[in-house]
Amino acid sequence: MPTVTPQQVEERVIEAVASFGPEKEDVVRDATFESLDVDSLDLVELGQIVQDEYGVELKSDDMPKLKTVGDAIDLIVSRAS
Amino acid sequence: MSSASSKRDDTAEVRPQERGCALVTGGSRGIGAAIAGGLAADGWFVGVNYRSGAEAAQEVVAAIATAGGSAVPVQGDVSADGAADELFARLLEESGLPVLVLVNNAGITADGLSPQLSDDDWGRVIDTNLSAAFRLTRAALRPMLKARFGRIVNVASVVGVNRANAGQANYAAAKAGLVGLTKTVAAEVARRGVTVNAVAPGLIETDMTDGIGEGLLAAVPARRAGRPEEVAAAVRFLAGADASYITGTTLTVDGGLTA
Repeated sequence: MPTVTPQQVEERVIEAVASFGPEKEDVVRDATFESLDVDSLDLVELGQIVQDEYGVELKSDDMPKLKTVGDAIDLIVSRAS
Repeated sequence: MSSASSKRDDTAEVRPQERGCALVTGGSRGIGAAIAGGLAADGWFVGVNYRSGAEAAQEVVAAIATAGGSAVPVQGDVSADGAADELFARLLEESGLPVLVLVNNAGITADGLSPQLSDDDWGRVIDTNLSAAFRLTRAALRPMLKARFGRIVNVASVVGVNRANAGQANYAAAKAGLVGLTKTVAAEVARRGVTVNAVAPGLIETDMTDGIGEGLLAAVPARRAGRPEEVAAAVRFLAGADASYITGTTLTVDGGLTA
């Protein structure tokens, strides 16, 4: 697995979250998934994307802890390194 | 088209049959073979899964080809470890398409009255008829969610939810479980254009029911056993575009047996 930088992960997560519906400029670290209308199934899909691209597994236990875009970025970065 | 409430749907214009293929487990015989033929007639590239009937699967594939359709045999015991991923990978290799229609049809029986039903016979039936269907469903949801389209049809039975058949506690538990699985997964993924339904056949003329139907026949208002094609017709409907708003339901195909 090629090394990915936190910056790359952040960009990819923002791009993926934006693809679920919200405007990209609204997808910022502090934005909550609830405010973006990003639901639990979207987070499952985000999990599939990061698993395919970074080999990072997001488990069902992780999902309730992910409240904001930043939470997701931080967790994925911590597991990708 | 980019409001927060409208989910991505940029591939809806292309026919689903161009974007994906169908997998029918236990597709070499009986109801499964009829479903495979029917889905192929509807334009799907069909993976005809079988465990041991290579020749029968080959015949199903050949009949589909003769009728102008496309299909490949895909060997694999659905209850084996890792079977779901392997079947999907092989079918992707053969068709170049992800699975967008999954028909969980593979089923076995290992009958015995409960006081004498062994752990092995209990486990084998639950593994093949229920756990394998879940694992295949889980694997299929990945391409389906991505495609914003998917059709999962579970072949359940009137045995379990609607009727008791002495000697089939394992089969009834698996088939009733399949109905619960169907409803739950349907609720989870409905907002992505993925539907999950079941069909519940009654007495159908197949190898599996050979010799067990005589007593039951008297209870069937239609006064005859059903044909595999009559079950396949329900599956084809549920897999088709017209059934887009039908999800989490069980369509009974039993000549009125449970009416």
